[in-house]
Amino acid sequence: MGRYVIRRLLQMIPVFFGATLLIFLMVNVMGDPIAGLCGQRQCDPATAAQLRKEFGLDKPVWQQYLTYMGHVFTGDFGTAFNGQPVTELMASAFPVTIRLTIVAICFEIIIGITLGVLTGLRRGRPIDTTILLLTLVVISVPTFVTGLLLQLLLGVEWGIIKPAVSPEAPFNELLIPGLVLASVSLAYVTRLTRTSIAENARSDYVRTAKAKGLPRRRVITRHLLRNSLIPVVTFIGTDIGALMGGAIVTERIFNIHGVGYQLYQGIVRQNTQTVVGFVTVLVLVFLLANLIVDLLYAVLDPRIRYA
Amino acid sequence: MSTSTAPLLDVRDLQVEFHTRDGVAKAVNGVSYTVDEGQTLAVLGESGSGKSVTAQAIMGILDTPPGKIAGGQVLFRGQDLLKLKEEQRRKIRGSEMAMIFQDALSSLNPVLSVGDQLAEMFTVHRGMSKKDARAKSIELMERVGIPGAKERVRQYPHQFSGGMRQRIMIAMALALEPALIIADEPTTALDVTVQAQVMDLLAGLQSELNMGLILITHDLGVVADVADRIAVMYAGRIVETSPVHDIYQAPAHPYTRGLLRSIPRLDQKGRELYAIKGLPPNLMNIPPGCAFNPRCPLAQDICRTDEPPLYKVSRERASACHFWQRTLEGEEAATDD
Repeated sequence: MGRYVIRRLLQMIPVFFGATLLIFLMVNVMGDPIAGLCGQRQCDPATAAQLRKEFGLDKPVWQQYLTYMGHVFTGDFGTAFNGQPVTELMASAFPVTIRLTIVAICFEIIIGITLGVLTGLRRGRPIDTTILLLTLVVISVPTFVTGLLLQLLLGVEWGIIKPAVSPEAPFNELLIPGLVLASVSLAYVTRLTRTSIAENARSDYVRTAKAKGLPRRRVITRHLLRNSLIPVVTFIGTDIGALMGGAIVTERIFNIHGVGYQLYQGIVRQNTQTVVGFVTVLVLVFLLANLIVDLLYAVLDPRIRYA
Repeated sequence: MSTSTAPLLDVRDLQVEFHTRDGVAKAVNGVSYTVDEGQTLAVLGESGSGKSVTAQAIMGILDTPPGKIAGGQVLFRGQDLLKLKEEQRRKIRGSEMAMIFQDALSSLNPVLSVGDQLAEMFTVHRGMSKKDARAKSIELMERVGIPGAKERVRQYPHQFSGGMRQRIMIAMALALEPALIIADEPTTALDVTVQAQVMDLLAGLQSELNMGLILITHDLGVVADVADRIAVMYAGRIVETSPVHDIYQAPAHPYTRGLLRSIPRLDQKGRELYAIKGLPPNLMNIPPGCAFNPRCPLAQDICRTDEPPLYKVSRERASACHFWQRTLEGEEAATDD
């Protein structure tokens, strides 16, 4: 197990370099970052040249990358054009997004799995058909529609929530944005759990559990659910990374100053340092989440052993 | 009905149907049999003959829907189980009647240790503490001959060999010393050498605890050694019941004869194996008259119109064949060989 973890962690190194290089190149071909700084007007050539020299943009791209990586390893992710260090942006943005992700994951686990078990055990009945139809609606409607709709109804029309989240973004203000962020994955979790439960409900070991005279509740929670959750855990685990990076739309709608918001700002303002820094950290989060999923897999299913 | 002479299990005219999209499959059509304490009844028949479904209906673990018990009684110690509430039936399951399944690997939960799965019987039915239940589980594993039970109690089903897994299934069924055990092809998934060991273990424990045993199988070799009585099933009906030795000497139903003839024999080495012609009927469309008539060498017009009742052949034997006498005398249609 220990060796497996070390091997997986070592594998992350080339992925880390590859991903950062790719992002760095992509951001650099987006266009001249200086041009964007002056808005609609043409920049003063002297100022532009001075800025280029200051940020090292006059050097070749490979040299820029090496310099950047050198800085990254000393904990310096560079400076945004407004003079704020990127690490400072991260320190304010990541906690917000992590809170939002936690809320979203909780919704996925609690609502998604509950609905999945409910429908899986009652396949073909009205409740199953209804929920299945609802999940289909949620999956097909884009997040910005559900987000804006909920914001308009709950926030503006009925005044149940604040339409915009305050900069501190406490948990209670993140409930509805979290639900919006989770909605599509939640529908997938429901469907995944449903299929898994329905499939395992017919399995031999569930029949054995019934023949042993165990109460129905125990048959479901101890025998059926644990076996059925293995694919669901995989999905939720990989979804952590997707949710953190994919919150751009939700964070924009509810004015949450998290990772998605900063990334959006970085892209719009062609702020190379911000984009590369944030995406790099997201790549790492994604890799770690995947590793944790794989380890959790072995905990849930003793047949899987890593050597 | 509850008299001291009542058999342990008395199944009367049991009927089970499966309602599917394509129609109603009549899996069990009026099966009756009895099992006494300490007695072994072998239920014989090919796949789809309704032997396992009957067992599941007795245990009360039939999937309903699509399954449906359409009629009959299951009297256990004189009490009709089909009339009990689910909670009462649940308490009987596992503690008073238990079941051993065919494939121990898929029948044991892959993600729980065997110790947990055994201990569950004691904690749920007897309210034992986890520690006591664990000790009991180790005891059980030793009793069914699993070496190193103390260490192996923590292991998972996939870490055991096929024979050892089936021993664990047996241990689980015997945990609360039930009065009745239903073993659904307990040795089919095992190697031949292991089969004998597992069968010996089961038979030994059965006589030790004086349990009634329903042994569902299609292995006639196993039956001869351990069974007291045989019930042969075909298309959801019992076609012949008999004490075990009589049936081997002179079967009273052409289907039983066919089954016995299809056993490979050493003294007939080199000769082509006998097989009953045709296929078992589709349970959604059982032929009128005797269900076996399309495959029967003795079939006459009456077999295609009248369903044969269970004729009494002798005090302990019955056969559902219009021509049981001719079968008993060994007559076969000239075209058969």
